[in-house]
Amino acid sequence: MNLDLTPEHETFAAEARAWLAENVPAQRLPSMDSAEGFVAHRQWEATLAEGRWSVVSWPEQFGGRDAGLVEWVLFEEEYYRAGAPTRVAQNGISLLAPILFDHGTESQRERYLADMANGTTIWAQAWSEPGAGSDLAAIRSTARRDEGRQGWVLNGQKIWSSRAVWADRGFGLFRSDPEAQRHRGLTYFLFPLDAEGITVRPIAQLDGETGFAEIFFDDVFVPDDDVLGAPGDGWRVAMSTAGNERGLSLRAPGRFLAAAERLRSLWVREGANDPALDDAVVDAWIGAEAYRLFTWNTVARALDGADLGAEGSMNKLFWSELDVSIHETGLSLLGARAESRSTAAVDGGRWVDDYLFALAGPIYAGTNEIQRNIVAERILGLPRGERRERS
Amino acid sequence: MRFVPTDEHEALGEAIDEIIAGCGGVDVPRGWANGDTASGRRLWSQLADLGLTGLRVSEDDGGMGGTPQDMVVAFERLGYHAAPGPYIESVAFLPHVVPSDIRAQIAQGVIATTSAAPHAPWAVDAQISDLIYAVGDSWWAEATVGSEEESLSALRRLVVVDPGERTSSDSAAIAFAHDEASLAAAAYLVGAGERLLDEAVSYAGVREQFGRPIGEYQSLKHQLADVRVALSFARPLVHGAAVTLSDHTGPRAVSAAKVAAGVAARRAARTALQVHGAIGYTAEHHLGLWVTQVPALDTAWGTPATHRARIARALRAE
Repeated sequence: MNLDLTPEHETFAAEARAWLAENVPAQRLPSMDSAEGFVAHRQWEATLAEGRWSVVSWPEQFGGRDAGLVEWVLFEEEYYRAGAPTRVAQNGISLLAPILFDHGTESQRERYLADMANGTTIWAQAWSEPGAGSDLAAIRSTARRDEGRQGWVLNGQKIWSSRAVWADRGFGLFRSDPEAQRHRGLTYFLFPLDAEGITVRPIAQLDGETGFAEIFFDDVFVPDDDVLGAPGDGWRVAMSTAGNERGLSLRAPGRFLAAAERLRSLWVREGANDPALDDAVVDAWIGAEAYRLFTWNTVARALDGADLGAEGSMNKLFWSELDVSIHETGLSLLGARAESRSTAAVDGGRWVDDYLFALAGPIYAGTNEIQRNIVAERILGLPRGERRERS
Repeated sequence: MRFVPTDEHEALGEAIDEIIAGCGGVDVPRGWANGDTASGRRLWSQLADLGLTGLRVSEDDGGMGGTPQDMVVAFERLGYHAAPGPYIESVAFLPHVVPSDIRAQIAQGVIATTSAAPHAPWAVDAQISDLIYAVGDSWWAEATVGSEEESLSALRRLVVVDPGERTSSDSAAIAFAHDEASLAAAAYLVGAGERLLDEAVSYAGVREQFGRPIGEYQSLKHQLADVRVALSFARPLVHGAAVTLSDHTGPRAVSAAKVAAGVAARRAARTALQVHGAIGYTAEHHLGLWVTQVPALDTAWGTPATHRARIARALRAE
């Protein structure tokens, strides 16, 4: 497998670079976890879609470019190098869309994909519950069959649903068979967040924003058309998104290469002369470089048809810890000024914002403790042992 | 950018594995550590027949004309098996420095070693070597054996050598030789780390305490998972540096590979020892061969501090 870039790859990257240089907002947008920032980021999704850059790997009929894995990684590198905004549509694009392509009906794809690609419909995930975090199979929210109306009635509570306060639709797992235990008897549903019986409440976050939300379901009707995959098969369907979130799709190396480059630039500008800080900057650069090369290796093997299995868990452990250490080092370089997150601060205060965001990395998309279990059991083959599971 | 091993690379790795198994596997480094170098010398000769010692010698000089990628594949296997002897010196370093008649001898299987101050202050294993050199920044010389120092590693003998008449040499070629030797050490470290992880995982699956295999306990699982991650992310740096070795970014890529391989292998060594407990601390158990070889190679051919400083200089100049 040879990964030398072809002239077509180079042209693709150059086209993306030129478009981004022309279109990326000069001013950093307000946080997408704020009301005004959400609107600005939704507008940016529309702009991206106009240039046909919002979903490069999708088929053309849904707004994509049919780009391969190599082009996708190149696009992500260009995207973050250009300092483009975070993707408010990412939960739909990265978590839901792959499932719609694999498990959805023709009609579901027709109804949802194009609007997802241009920011008209922003999707929020509704997985966790107050009693089901790392132990997702402990889900208790229910779906009751309503044969008369040809659908299901949802009840219960979901939590940590990012931006659900402003988003348009949600997706998540509900227990459709009250007799079944754990991973069995779960069904994957799609629903509008303004449906009758749904209440969305914001939760203030550690970083001062209110991106988090909890969603209450009180006899919410969902027609059969909005069941994704087969009823009762929700766990298997959902786990294919968990793989996406942890693996390549959300975290191309571009983001970390750009962060390591911002760190290098800060270090040079600050003229730091502290061997410990020099080492930390060097280690951040080594980490970003390792992640880049590891990803290209993964891409090459995926193109060769290799099954990557649980490897996404290694990615997730690596990038989430790298992201924290890059931003901790950034704050150390700033010294006493590190504390300020106002726009008057160095780099517009983004070191604090990005540091706080990085702190969430080892928690979301499957905590790093769960990832270490997966690496130990599925990659190293260590004995699983007994888990004490609530019946 | 070529990152996935080719069929030829896999065949090379398998051939090395088979030859080492045929020579006694772990008994080779174990014997070497106890002063019995016979099986190690037999291994050297068989690997020379395979073409390993001439891997980086041109075909005109009787070698294989192999690439740096071939070299790192081979050294990963040598590290996995804790193959003893001055392979880094003979295979990765000297062919870029000495004249063609000596390169031809090395390709034939003559064992050669050298000091290359300051990063390699001793001529390792000179006591069993046929050709002994000393190399400076811009010269090389035949050398005579002086005093011997004991190594942290059970597998290395540290021999002080006195250079004879100096022949001047291209300093760029010597710098390149240093880079390739550092990269070979990095590849050996990744291989050693993989072996340490395999040993630890296998022991954790069979050793029982409190009525269950210790590998069921999360505290060990998580440590071993961290070793897996560290090695998996060090390896692409090693293979990537082999691809870019001759580019202007080659030196910093080599340094990144050496630092990351050393960190990952040291973590593997610490964790493997901890998983084994007291039995791993005995001379009888073979784990110690790798546990002591790893820190020795971490500081040989450029310490982590040296390599980090080199990356820092490159990043400042960007």
